[in-house]
Amino acid sequence: MNGQFLHNLLLFGRVLRRLGLDVNPGRMMDLVSALDYIQIGNKSDFYHAARTLLVHERDDLALFDEAFELFWRKPAESWGVGWQGLARPRKPKRPIVTHPPLKEAAPQSDDSSSTSAETMTVIEITRTYSSNEVLRHKNFAEMSVEESEAVKQMMSHLLWKVSERRTRRKRPGKGHLIDLRRTLRRSLRAEGEIFSWSYREPKLKPRPLVVIADISGSMERYTRLLLHFIYGMKAALTQPVEAFVFSTRLTRITRPLQIRDLDLALKNVGILVNDWAGGTRIGESLKTFNFEWGRRVLGRGAVALIISDGWDRGDVELLTREMARLKRNCHRLIWLNPLLGAADYEPLTRGIQAALPHIDNFLPVHNLASLEDLAERLSDLDRRSNGVAPGAKKTSHERGKAILP
Amino acid sequence: MNFTSIDSLQSAMRERNYIAERGLATSLFLALKLNRPLFLEGEAGVGKTEVAKVIASLLDTELIRLQCYEGLDVHHAVYEWNYTRQMMHIRLLEARGEKANEAELFGPEFLLRRPLLQAIEQSKTKPPVLLIDELDRSDEEFEAFLLEVLSDFQITIPEIGTIKTSNPPVVVITSNRTREVHDALKRRCLYYWIDYPSFDKELEIVQTRLPGAPAKLARQITGFIQELREMDLYKLPGVAETLDWTTALVALDQKALDPVIVDETLGAVLKYQDDVEKVQGEQARAILERVKAGVD
Repeated sequence: MNGQFLHNLLLFGRVLRRLGLDVNPGRMMDLVSALDYIQIGNKSDFYHAARTLLVHERDDLALFDEAFELFWRKPAESWGVGWQGLARPRKPKRPIVTHPPLKEAAPQSDDSSSTSAETMTVIEITRTYSSNEVLRHKNFAEMSVEESEAVKQMMSHLLWKVSERRTRRKRPGKGHLIDLRRTLRRSLRAEGEIFSWSYREPKLKPRPLVVIADISGSMERYTRLLLHFIYGMKAALTQPVEAFVFSTRLTRITRPLQIRDLDLALKNVGILVNDWAGGTRIGESLKTFNFEWGRRVLGRGAVALIISDGWDRGDVELLTREMARLKRNCHRLIWLNPLLGAADYEPLTRGIQAALPHIDNFLPVHNLASLEDLAERLSDLDRRSNGVAPGAKKTSHERGKAILP
Repeated sequence: MNFTSIDSLQSAMRERNYIAERGLATSLFLALKLNRPLFLEGEAGVGKTEVAKVIASLLDTELIRLQCYEGLDVHHAVYEWNYTRQMMHIRLLEARGEKANEAELFGPEFLLRRPLLQAIEQSKTKPPVLLIDELDRSDEEFEAFLLEVLSDFQITIPEIGTIKTSNPPVVVITSNRTREVHDALKRRCLYYWIDYPSFDKELEIVQTRLPGAPAKLARQITGFIQELREMDLYKLPGVAETLDWTTALVALDQKALDPVIVDETLGAVLKYQDDVEKVQGEQARAILERVKAGVD
């Protein structure tokens, strides 16, 4: 192998890394050693070898193909020119289309440090019991900039915990299954006489959570705070939390939310999603979810949360069908509706009417207090229904029909 | 059997009735040469498990299969002591007035060898093919453990010692993506996504696997299935379904597809009631028209 080729190869690795592929030096060395076994002159074999070694995610295959085609078309000459155009949402160079409603268009100086200092002062002021109490019950939609900043702070202190399910993994404990291993071990101390049996019990694990949030125009006033809430929940929970948003189409935002820096995470979400505050097509979005993601994220007794006001302009029949499908595939289906906070609200929209029969819990999500209630309910799911506690009875109130608060 | 080129591997697989894409043959070839596990992903029924069977037959070695499930633990994946035999042994000694010796009780004759241990032990003489099937069904605990085993191919049994091999088995891991498998594990492997085959390739698979099927029927079925895969269905049919359907229609002595028989046997192809309802009747007839115009 000549030096020029090796040089190009390493450069290609760098290009892939920049595109967001998980290519590390070890993989590159594998590829170099693989070249001993194939004919480098055969472009197709080289392509397949590089592909099998440098990609380990189906979703990255198309990106790899494109990069390969561009990079190796005229190696040594045109590298470094064409591939810039390949930048993908994962590491985009510039924001796309609309601006997300993540930051207030409120009085803010350009200097971000002074802004955060101001915010901090505001929080100090609101840190009294009574004003906190007021804030807890204030509707998200009616909050001033200062108030919503303060609520974001309070949100980050919420304790999230999702109730546990029995896994099929066993551990020593007080279950009904005899643990022969430990029984025998203990009997040996008494020269093989078994005086007492050891048992095993199922290991418990918190349920995975899937959040599907509506970011359409009618939800706009809530979107910013709800994204904070989703981020906070994901950061606080150790089990997998998958997050999706939709207005006319569904976007998975799990990856951007993984970043530790909240502002950067929300900024990346903003770049990834390009139908902020658009129309609502719940049915179609749920269908995309069911067909493309359901099987991959709803296993293991997951709890699904839908956040939407139910203003749907799409096909009601479709929504009914997809709600039913979603319900069949998850352990609990909870619908959070910010409008439920209003005293005179009645779920009369066609969308909500179609969805209601398939929902386990119908809950408000308009203020901090409602989030606290949600947190409590999530930690309590299995005690109320058919989960961990043996002998717990299902009441018609709990299952089969939606609960209005 | 030692393969010197991707071509030779590809044609050897064909001789054993497995039609492999060039990319799959390349991945497999390199996995064998570099001694790395091969990680196969793809929808259900595209022939992932079959790859392991074919490679075992090609290398003329044993296939050891570990079917994954949630809660799969060391005792079912690696080894377990045969407790009932141990207890019997204690009682027998007792009857003779002897005492059980612990070293003897936890000796090789009381050891139950599970797939991973079998694979490592057999590798000392002739490396087998180790198939770790549907890894996505297992849990994170097992995945972490597997990562350890795959990195040094050694297993420690406290009572016996460390068992290892310098000549690792050929490892094939499959996943249906019902859960994301951790990157660390995938990084250790060569990755290949098995896609649905093209019309020509699928027809070739049908004709190779079911040589008894009438040529016209095989072409129509393949065309029909290819059309179904373009549709908005909850669960698309895999190659396994194509083969099942062909087998069923051959058993019914069909020479060609007709609307009635399609409606009656659609259950061999589509596995969700929603999908069956969607296709049955009008849709099926329309597809059949197109297929007949296209392939006959």
